[in-house]
Amino acid sequence: MEKSSSGGKVTRFLFTWFLLFVVWLMFTSTFATQEVITGAAVSWLIAIPTNRFFTNVRLHHFSPLTLFYIVEYLFIFLWALLVANLDVARRVISPTLPINPGIVKFKTSLTSDFAKMILANSITLTPGTLSVDIIDDTFYIHWIDVKSLEPEECRQEIAGKFEKVLLKIF
Amino acid sequence: MNELLTYAGMVLMLIGGIFLFLGGLGIFRMPDTYNRLQAGTKATTLGGMSVILSIGLLEPSWFVKTLVLVIFIALSNPISSHALARANYKRGNRPYLKGGSEYDQYKEVYDPQEKPDKEEEKA
Repeated sequence: MEKSSSGGKVTRFLFTWFLLFVVWLMFTSTFATQEVITGAAVSWLIAIPTNRFFTNVRLHHFSPLTLFYIVEYLFIFLWALLVANLDVARRVISPTLPINPGIVKFKTSLTSDFAKMILANSITLTPGTLSVDIIDDTFYIHWIDVKSLEPEECRQEIAGKFEKVLLKIF
Repeated sequence: MNELLTYAGMVLMLIGGIFLFLGGLGIFRMPDTYNRLQAGTKATTLGGMSVILSIGLLEPSWFVKTLVLVIFIALSNPISSHALARANYKRGNRPYLKGGSEYDQYKEVYDPQEKPDKEEEKA
């Protein structure tokens, strides 16, 4: 990935500007001309100094199929979040407190920082797991009910379904 | 239609309240910081999300704004809990373990007493 190429910088800037602008539109929830113009100008101004800290995402590998996978990921994620809450509720309510906690580690095959962040966030919100640290490509996960100490099995158990979709997106 | 939205919003708010309550109970019952974070993060994420969304349903003109808030919560909540867990480990607060020390594989990164032992074994 050419980090210094001007094309990359421009798409990065446009991406930042677009995202800020969309957030502005959603917050004002109106399409009145003056609001839209003000929003465009303000988000343009903010995007100039902040875009290089904000993201490394380039738009060059973006396709409709990516959008489909993002939606698929959202559904997997929401389902996992619901299951996680029911799981925690079950553990909390049951009088014996059935937990067997521990911190396990596994290596991921994702390369970009953004993808790793998404994976770590998803892991935190899925049943019984909480990401404690990422060092290079090793994830350290606190697991409320440890089922295995083998890194590969942990990876399948914790990150399997997310990683598959994320590898298609990035 | 409007009445339907109101009922949906109320049901969603009830569900969110229940999850938030269970999260609080979890924080009270769990044995150590990490397990408390587990209960707290998940419950506040889904509970907070559904309460905020229910406000959007009760007041339809706010719906898009509440959607933005939900996205922000879903992005920022896990990051804060990750930061808390990591800082907690760095400070020396070790997790409660039922099965013995091999259940803590994060030890290799931060435990200073561990490293000299290994070198001695090699020598």
